[in-house]
Amino acid sequence: MNITEAILGQIQEAFPKAEVSLVSNPSPSNQNSLRVAAADLLEIARWLRGQAEPAFDYLSNVTGVDWPEKIVKEKIKTKTLREGEEKKAETVVEKRIPGFLEVVYHFYSVSLRKGALILRVRTENRRDQVVVPSLAAIWRSAEFQEREVYDLYGVIFKGHPDLRRLLMWEEFEDFPMRKDYVEPDDYEYEPTPHGSVLEKSQPPFRP
Amino acid sequence: MIQKSSSIAGTSVAKPSYTIRKQNEPESEQPAEDLLEISMGPHHPSTHGVFQMNVALDGERVVRLKPVFGYLHRNHEKIAESVTYLASMPYTDRLDYFNSMANNWAYALAVETLAGVQPTERAEYIRVILAELTRLLNHTCLIGFLVMDMGALGTPLMYAFREREKILDLFESLSGSRMMCNYMRFGGCRCDLPGGWLQQAQKCIDDFPAFLDDYEQLLTGNEILKARTQQIGLLPSELAVNAGVSGPMLRASGVNYDLRKVDAYGVYDRFDFRVPLGEVGDVYDRYMIRMLEMRESLKILQQAMRQIPQGPVMNPKAKLRGFRPPAGEAYGRIEGPKGELGFYLISDGTPKPYRYRVRPPSLVNLTILEDMCLNHTVSDVVVILGSIDIVLGEVDR
Repeated sequence: MNITEAILGQIQEAFPKAEVSLVSNPSPSNQNSLRVAAADLLEIARWLRGQAEPAFDYLSNVTGVDWPEKIVKEKIKTKTLREGEEKKAETVVEKRIPGFLEVVYHFYSVSLRKGALILRVRTENRRDQVVVPSLAAIWRSAEFQEREVYDLYGVIFKGHPDLRRLLMWEEFEDFPMRKDYVEPDDYEYEPTPHGSVLEKSQPPFRP
Repeated sequence: MIQKSSSIAGTSVAKPSYTIRKQNEPESEQPAEDLLEISMGPHHPSTHGVFQMNVALDGERVVRLKPVFGYLHRNHEKIAESVTYLASMPYTDRLDYFNSMANNWAYALAVETLAGVQPTERAEYIRVILAELTRLLNHTCLIGFLVMDMGALGTPLMYAFREREKILDLFESLSGSRMMCNYMRFGGCRCDLPGGWLQQAQKCIDDFPAFLDDYEQLLTGNEILKARTQQIGLLPSELAVNAGVSGPMLRASGVNYDLRKVDAYGVYDRFDFRVPLGEVGDVYDRYMIRMLEMRESLKILQQAMRQIPQGPVMNPKAKLRGFRPPAGEAYGRIEGPKGELGFYLISDGTPKPYRYRVRPPSLVNLTILEDMCLNHTVSDVVVILGSIDIVLGEVDR
């Protein structure tokens, strides 16, 4: 998409220090996107909203994607000289690609009828460094959608006014949209006064 | 990091009317003294499903309103990621169960963008006809429900359901099912129109304006309806755009943004129709927009019925079995009856989508529910919620 490349140039001009890169999309949809570092997201977002051209005043879609740790096997062909003869050898190298969570934003401009600009932000990993700045203060539409991403993926949006679970209940602990989520056998399990629960119960309540 | 603040206790200061709530405003620690906390829903007919609002009231005035979601949550997206692309087509019917045809189209459009498949000419026209019929039935029923929330029990809704039944009969003879149509496929439609379908549809479309005239005569000038809706639930246009509101809600606030014009997906660029806009942005405007949109839909339908060509309904190059879109991603969106319905898909080259996301218009439109309801009475909250037009199957997914 031309608009993505044009915006990339403008961002690089306005923020020379920011890490922005074009993510090409090999599919026929041809919807390219921009990858932004989490540290620069808030600045760039404010800039996108405030510019007179193109004013991205409409944040349509916020969503998360889970990319677990991958191990990619690569074959490396080497040539070695042994006893004066050249021999070909193949070695398999295992490459570990660390996992991360990704948040994808779809921006449109309602006033100029332009779009879509797609931004993507990665977290450091999937365990403890999962913080991304919240855009809810700039676009209200991010408010519930970021809550949903937090609920289902566990991305923490720094600066969100009310970051609670949206769809799952509050006592729920896991993040169900992650690829490695394991469903419990019974969601509605409640301990009944038998066995170990009976042992723990205090005398007045013992049946 | 999980803030336990689902209850709305802790509010004691009344907010001025129609101001955008300040972001990052911490909840006050003081206990609420004069406020009455009530929980509206989840089991109440005025919430249009299982939707709960925790409302803090100062007398009869709403001071704070927190929506609670998730009673109908079944993780639609996770289920769709564990089956093939085609297998989630029938499941999209269950998102917004009033408009299964529109959901089918949005999903088919996203997958077609992802895989680079073109639907045939006849299929495009069939899709337009079905989507506009869906819009008619959604808007008539919405108005029926809306006036039922104001106390007009039954009559207008039954009038709407009588017309809806005629459209559902058309859907049934076409797809075999009244509401869960599962009709569209990637690259076209499942089957061609049965014999006599177009004549039956033409009769339905020709009769519809008379019903609309009746309906408007009953409602539009009605004193009670005006008193209950005018200047209620005002939504300024800047806030509407900022909050991602879409569809008739956005246009009722005076923002000219209709995806049928902006994106011109399908064959919408071939039809002559106008986009009605509101001036005030209150509930009455939202009601009127739907009335006017139905007239425009009828215009589109008449043109589409005249222009529909002969030919195959399915692209012969499109694969149904062993369908594997190339790796990549796509976002496809249509102007659904409730707003911008989008599907975001990531493919990794396997038969199952790596990521499947629904952009639900009902959920995003609910973002500004609190802003619209502040300083109104409880009875107005019911009307404002009704004018947003939500379906909980789509909000909770």
